[in-house]
Amino acid sequence: MDFNWQLFAQYLVIGIATGSLIALIALGYTLVYGIIELINFAHGEVFMMGAFFAATVVGLTGVTATSGTASVVLAGIAGLFGAMAFSAAINFGIDRIAYRRLRSAPRLAPLIAAIGFSFILQNIAIYWKGANPISPPSFLPPEIYTNVLTEWFGLSTTIFLTVLDVVVVGVTIPLLIGLSWFVYRTRLGKAMRATAQDREAAALMGIDINRAIGVAFLLGGALAGAAGMIALYYDNSARFQMGFRYGLFAFTAAVLGGIGNLAGAVIGGLTIGIIWAMSDGFMKEYISGWGAQWTPSVIFAVLVLVMVFRPSGLLGERTADKV
Amino acid sequence: MTMLQLQDVHAYYGHIHALKGISLDVQQGEIVTLIGSNGAGKSTTLRTISGLLHPRQGTITLNGQAINGMPAHKVTALGVVQSPEGRRVFPRMTVLENLEMGAFVHGKPDPADLDRVFTLFPRLKERLSQKAGTLSGGEQQMLAMGRALMAKPKLLLLDEPSMGLSPILVETIFGIIKEINAQGTTVLLVEQNALMALSIAHRGYVLQTGQIVLADEAQALMRNEMVRKAYLGEE
Ligand SMILES: Nc1ncnc2c1ncn2[C@@H]1O[C@H](COP(=O)(O)OP(=O)(O)OP(=O)(O)O)[C@@H](O)[C@H]1O
Ligand SMILES: [Mg+2]
Repeated sequence: MDFNWQLFAQYLVIGIATGSLIALIALGYTLVYGIIELINFAHGEVFMMGAFFAATVVGLTGVTATSGTASVVLAGIAGLFGAMAFSAAINFGIDRIAYRRLRSAPRLAPLIAAIGFSFILQNIAIYWKGANPISPPSFLPPEIYTNVLTEWFGLSTTIFLTVLDVVVVGVTIPLLIGLSWFVYRTRLGKAMRATAQDREAAALMGIDINRAIGVAFLLGGALAGAAGMIALYYDNSARFQMGFRYGLFAFTAAVLGGIGNLAGAVIGGLTIGIIWAMSDGFMKEYISGWGAQWTPSVIFAVLVLVMVFRPSGLLGERTADKV
Repeated sequence: MTMLQLQDVHAYYGHIHALKGISLDVQQGEIVTLIGSNGAGKSTTLRTISGLLHPRQGTITLNGQAINGMPAHKVTALGVVQSPEGRRVFPRMTVLENLEMGAFVHGKPDPADLDRVFTLFPRLKERLSQKAGTLSGGEQQMLAMGRALMAKPKLLLLDEPSMGLSPILVETIFGIIKEINAQGTTVLLVEQNALMALSIAHRGYVLQTGQIVLADEAQALMRNEMVRKAYLGEE
């Protein structure tokens, strides 16, 4: 059978959009791990809460698909920023309430607290919007599924690149640029990196390390919130359990890229997004009986392979630009 | 005028009683040195002053104000700046970023301070964009001291600034400490190299298993029988 380039490109598009989403979540794991060496098990739920809050905010704007482009864009921005602020506040709050008190406790203690918060947030979510999947308020006009390649560029192709795909990547890239600007260029960002590299030395420089750690939680939470808004409309549904699968894949992405390394989280996220899309769709064209149920196995097989040959991840330690 | 005063300071690591009632003082403008063998509690004393460790008993005052129990970043903001044992530069940040972190409490680095650091350590100026973790040991030591100076210390706490340096560099570093002091910074210096430390200090304290066993003018300590035997390597 010939290699179907069109189909491959199609799933690549889906993979990149999904990968951007995973990268945004993975950055939250890596930021927090980089600074306090904690795997924030509640992070997937922080993302889920962002998706839920985005649905609430968009619903409150009352904007519908027929409200006009300007209103739709504004409602989208409101949902995005609302979710970012909400998830940032939750992540920061968890650190403030629980992890901060456990800074000098054995490492298992904050880990267990994180698992506890993961359950607490899931239960709040069930109380809030129920246990069944919710559909987001529909405010996106049908044009969001317009094929950019055929309609805008006049190409004759069967590959679908929707406006929504473009928006997903178009939201992710500025967020990544903003993050690296903050972390590498601002005084507070540098203080955060200093704290990650040597907490005591940072304190001796006059850096309030609890504040620097709080900043990492705020940033990670905000990115998870943005991912929540994106997932809400990309999947066109949300559920209290959604944080588990996304969180697991995002955590895998962070480890794959080299946990603690920002660029690694992005590369890991894209890698996993693409593998995910290929396994969910492309592979079944070639292997009979293949299906989405194999995706987690493929992802973890790749993880195991990378770990065998590069135990610290694709960009871990080796490069000089960890956080 | 008394700048720093410790009175009967006790500090613990878990159950280990590391400081057993330390009392010492540092007058404005002085270089005071703290000598003692490995594990005597020299670093612990500096860590306790800086607020990395909080005394379980006793008081620490800076210009009359109690600072015991204060978090480390607030102590630094008061002008008590430590260059810790083992350099502790930020390895994945550049030389310039490390110096910027030194100036953290002042917001932006003062160009005059940068000039001063580059005059004292011309080597650092050539390596501004190099990652600190890739500097040689001696260069890292220079950076650690330069970084502390960027904070405009009123009282500089130095923990073994000569560790791991070649003899010629040790001379240079001690010359620089004298110079920094002459420019108006009070210094509390912890050293293994007791001879060198006593030769530039005004006064010294000898620490043994968490207690001060001797306190005197530096010159007198250099002549002291016990000091000569135990710390200056004489038979
Ligand atoms: N983090 C720690 N946990 C437990 N005990 C510690 C810790 N740090 C230091 N100690 C103990 O406290 C005592 C004093 O240590 P300190 O580091 O102050 O010695 P020092 O005089 O600086 O020695 P050196 O010249 O070797 O640097 C030692 O007995 C040491 O084992
Ligand atoms: Mg020591």
